[in-house]
Amino acid sequence: MSPDTASSSASSASAPSAPAPSGPAAAGYDVERVRADFPALHQSAHGHPLAYLDNGATTQKPRAVIDAEVHFYEHDCANVHRGVHALSERATRAFDGARAAVQRFLGAPSPREVVFVRGVTEAINLVAHSYARPRLREGDEILLTQLEHHANIVPWQLAARETGAVLKVVPCNDRGELLFEEYLRLLGPRTRIVGVGHVSNALGTVNPVRAMIEAAHAQGVPVLVDGAQAAPHVRIDVQALDCDFYAFSGHKVYGPTGIGALYGKETLLDAMPPYQGGGEMIRRVTFQESTWAALPMKFEAGTPNVAGAVGLAAAIAYVEALGLERIAAHEHTLLEAATAALADLPGLRIVGTARDKASLVSFVLEGVHPHDVGTILDRQGIAVRAGHHCAMPVMERFGLPATTRASFGLYNTLAEVEALAAGLRKVREVFAR
Amino acid sequence: MSDLRDLYEEVILDHNRHPRNYPKNPAGANRHAHGFNPLCGDEVQVHLRVADDVVRDVGFEGQGCAICMASASLMTQAIMDRPVAEADALFEAVREVLAGEEGGGGARSARSARSGRGAVAAPGGATAEAGAEAAGRLGKLAVLAGVREYPMRVKCATLAWHTMRAALHGAGETVTTE
Repeated sequence: MSPDTASSSASSASAPSAPAPSGPAAAGYDVERVRADFPALHQSAHGHPLAYLDNGATTQKPRAVIDAEVHFYEHDCANVHRGVHALSERATRAFDGARAAVQRFLGAPSPREVVFVRGVTEAINLVAHSYARPRLREGDEILLTQLEHHANIVPWQLAARETGAVLKVVPCNDRGELLFEEYLRLLGPRTRIVGVGHVSNALGTVNPVRAMIEAAHAQGVPVLVDGAQAAPHVRIDVQALDCDFYAFSGHKVYGPTGIGALYGKETLLDAMPPYQGGGEMIRRVTFQESTWAALPMKFEAGTPNVAGAVGLAAAIAYVEALGLERIAAHEHTLLEAATAALADLPGLRIVGTARDKASLVSFVLEGVHPHDVGTILDRQGIAVRAGHHCAMPVMERFGLPATTRASFGLYNTLAEVEALAAGLRKVREVFAR
Repeated sequence: MSDLRDLYEEVILDHNRHPRNYPKNPAGANRHAHGFNPLCGDEVQVHLRVADDVVRDVGFEGQGCAICMASASLMTQAIMDRPVAEADALFEAVREVLAGEEGGGGARSARSARSGRGAVAAPGGATAEAGAEAAGRLGKLAVLAGVREYPMRVKCATLAWHTMRAALHGAGETVTTE
């Protein structure tokens, strides 16, 4: 089946039990009802009810996602685009349906522009390898920002090392907001591509990607947006953004690990050489030469993560049924409560105070290393991230080796925000002895 | 709360707050090594002045969590003015107490044995016993034994020790315990 027909055979296996878009939850956001959908939330950690506040690292999965994967393996498991038998046909339909779900989720015009990848890291490596490398010449510039995750730095560095290109970096202010004038200044005649995170994973800053893309396009420069942290919080519309590439990871948007997607404009993807070679991505192979399959299969060598794609489609159906706008509103409430509660704690400093911010709070506690904060919170059942968040340049900018980060998701509650504040008071107690 | 006190003992907090032989690169230091755990960011440089197979002076620099800093501080006190062979023996004892840090599984086995959870196979039990025996040889360093209950933090406690060992015997490469 060609991907052209995929959208019409949409996702039969995508959402076995996603909540209805209307009903009680539609009127007011019923977080308890939402929590009931997530089996992993109903456990204790070290004798305390689990407060899972590490959603920036990965999210828990709703029953609908787990069921979709189980259903696939129990009924439809087969390879895709190959067999002629019933199971292969169902697996192929489910896989193509998942692509259509991702296409709608991103607002992409065509399924040919949606490439399944393991996640954002692989997506950026793909673009750096197949788009940037062949075009880069010595002295060319790749423009990134100080807020980037290592996944949006290192692939470009590898490409730069091969080609003699150089990385340029847009700085940020003390609030963790990019300096737009600096961006415009750095966007020069040698800039070949811009890579920017939609939302900073370390600080939560929502970057003005639309304006950045517009400015880049005015100079004929394409833009890749790393949407890893945006996908669970922001409605994405790649056509409204007019971005050239957009990447997100399924596991950060309540889907399985090991599956994500790269959106790329068809004209760009068409002109790019394959990223990996193997089965599925070819049209014809001889020992003299091979020719490539049409998009998007050209970039999907080998048997894809079919079950993961099916699970991802279920996750998308789940968040869309809840409504991204309502999720964002709920998370904003949590962010405001957490910001207020933490600001009250003596010796605590919030790092990253951008005016436009996603629902995470990065902070340092005077005299206590973030790892010790993390361990003491963990013993109270509170899961947070402590460390450099794979964003060492951000830490360096703020002169910190690490921070503690509480990141909120659609199922977190105000009670959990209070538990975090109480937990931090206990951290002070332990260290005050 | 009580189990947190096993990890954050008074001695640990004291050495974290006031690390001994820190920051210090002793005059005439002739052995150096760098330890770095890139995932968590703990980083130490250990400097030794060794003469006639005796650690005549020791200091460290760097930054890390309370466990990393306290362990490094305790390490410098423990090996000061001690023969290299004794420093090596202490390294082994610390490693045994934090049993299984190399393989990852041992620390958990020791933990299950103590908390009585799960079926503990003979090797796990043996590890716990060996750990208890080694703890006896540690003296003041026995406070580090509390870290065993926190498998994710064992690497923090062992970093300075591996770095010290690398300074004594290594080839100058950066050490990691992750």
